[in-house]
Amino acid sequence: MTRSDLRPRRVLYVGAAAIVGIATLVSCKREERRFRETPPSATAANLVTMSELQPGPAVIEAELRNPYEDNAYAVSEGKRLFDQMNCSGCHSHGGGGIGPPLTDNEWIYGSEPQNIFSTIIEGRPNGMPAFRGKLPNYQIWQLVAYVRALGGIQGKAVRTTRDDHMMYKESEQARDKGHPTPTFVPPTSVKQ
Amino acid sequence: MMPARPRVPTNPASMLAACIGAALGAGCSGWQSALDPKGPRADAVAKLHWSLVTVATVVYVIVISALIFALWRGYRRPVPDQGHFHQETPEQADTMKRGVIVAVALTVIVMLAFVVTSVSVGSAVARVPGNKPLRIDVVGHQWWWEVKYPDPDTHNNFETANEIHVPVGRPVLIKMTSQDVIHSFWAPNISGKKDLIPGHETVTWFRADSAGVYRGQCAEFCGHEHAKMAFFIVAEPRLEFESWMQKQRGEAPEPPDSLTQAGQKVFLSGPCVMCHTISGTPAAATVGPNLTHLASRRTIAAGTLPNNTGNLAGWILDPQSIKPGVKMPPTQLDPSSLRALLAYLESLK
Repeated sequence: MTRSDLRPRRVLYVGAAAIVGIATLVSCKREERRFRETPPSATAANLVTMSELQPGPAVIEAELRNPYEDNAYAVSEGKRLFDQMNCSGCHSHGGGGIGPPLTDNEWIYGSEPQNIFSTIIEGRPNGMPAFRGKLPNYQIWQLVAYVRALGGIQGKAVRTTRDDHMMYKESEQARDKGHPTPTFVPPTSVKQ
Repeated sequence: MMPARPRVPTNPASMLAACIGAALGAGCSGWQSALDPKGPRADAVAKLHWSLVTVATVVYVIVISALIFALWRGYRRPVPDQGHFHQETPEQADTMKRGVIVAVALTVIVMLAFVVTSVSVGSAVARVPGNKPLRIDVVGHQWWWEVKYPDPDTHNNFETANEIHVPVGRPVLIKMTSQDVIHSFWAPNISGKKDLIPGHETVTWFRADSAGVYRGQCAEFCGHEHAKMAFFIVAEPRLEFESWMQKQRGEAPEPPDSLTQAGQKVFLSGPCVMCHTISGTPAAATVGPNLTHLASRRTIAAGTLPNNTGNLAGWILDPQSIKPGVKMPPTQLDPSSLRALLAYLESLK
């Protein structure tokens, strides 16, 4: 075998190594953990409003990005908190019961990260408690990331996998992509 | 222990020797050492350890001496005239064969003896003694130990964390499970390791034969703060243990003054109440350690820091700088609320 025979194969090896390297870098981002979060007061909690109505000229609200949207660790922490903070008490692992299900496409108060954030922090009529002051903002953002994983409106790669206990339906990761109803329905017009 | 000497070794060789000596000495001293047994289980294991080490040392010395002797004899033997190899006579070959057979037979006998002693010690320490053991339930969490003292009368049940008080001389039966990942219960002076497995109950037992505080440690890698997941076995004479138990059974004392009352309000209205229980108050969450008698414990954060005002303040404000990755989030408190909260927590005797 001559030197030139080896060349195509070498290209193949180098290419494969590069692909593996890039994949590894991507997974670093997916698993990134931050121990020192910014103090709760310095985050954008005050930007989130309950209503889209504004006095004066309507300014389109800047979309708040969830810092944990693409982070598998944060989603799994959100899942832990979802049980430990007793969200499951009403939402029953996302299946609904006393509270509405979180696995369907109907989002009464909106499906964007900032909508879910304000639902958790402010509470909603008919039973959703307000968590303001009870959880630091970063944990609420983790819950937001998990709630969006429940509804399938988040990348499959970061969604949580199957539970240890009996599950209401297939694992978050195995679910189809959700198609949330895009309209925001003001609380007063919700059909009883 | 190494005696303290005024002369400090300076050259690398003596420094290395000093380091090795100190490490060996530390291994034999009492603090979290399997070689300083304080109960029957650790005692049996320590004896097994020393007998195996002794036999293995003798075998090692014999083998190395034989090797050195062979090298020395080969070096002194005149080089043969023809060929590359020394040719044994039939008698020499017979002697060698016999030597090998004897050595192999001895090895097999020694190994079999090792198996028999090790299995018999293992089964002896695994047998739970029948005479009315004290039952304690331990639940492993990332990264702390939940300790429950169940009682036939459920009003007497109580919970604590990271500190297991036991009476001296009475066997203790420990039922264990885990809330999240596999942990392992290991208090070397008292008892060997036993895993805590999520969704499954494991059982171990121990007996502390002399009063004292013995450090234990999670012995199965369980995440970021595995190293800071310690607990203490506090072995006390029976009467002291009974009075401790009586105290722990009670609800938390009412806050005695306005400062501690304000502190209780901070606790109940803030994020603390989402995870912790203080019995006698509405705080009843089971995510973090039960704080009903927090001030009676020696350490906070599973043996990470001594339990005092400064450490408690630092821990509440920014646990992530003390134990990065811990599940407790940082809490923002203004100075007067923090002072009140600390006063309240320190009143939880």
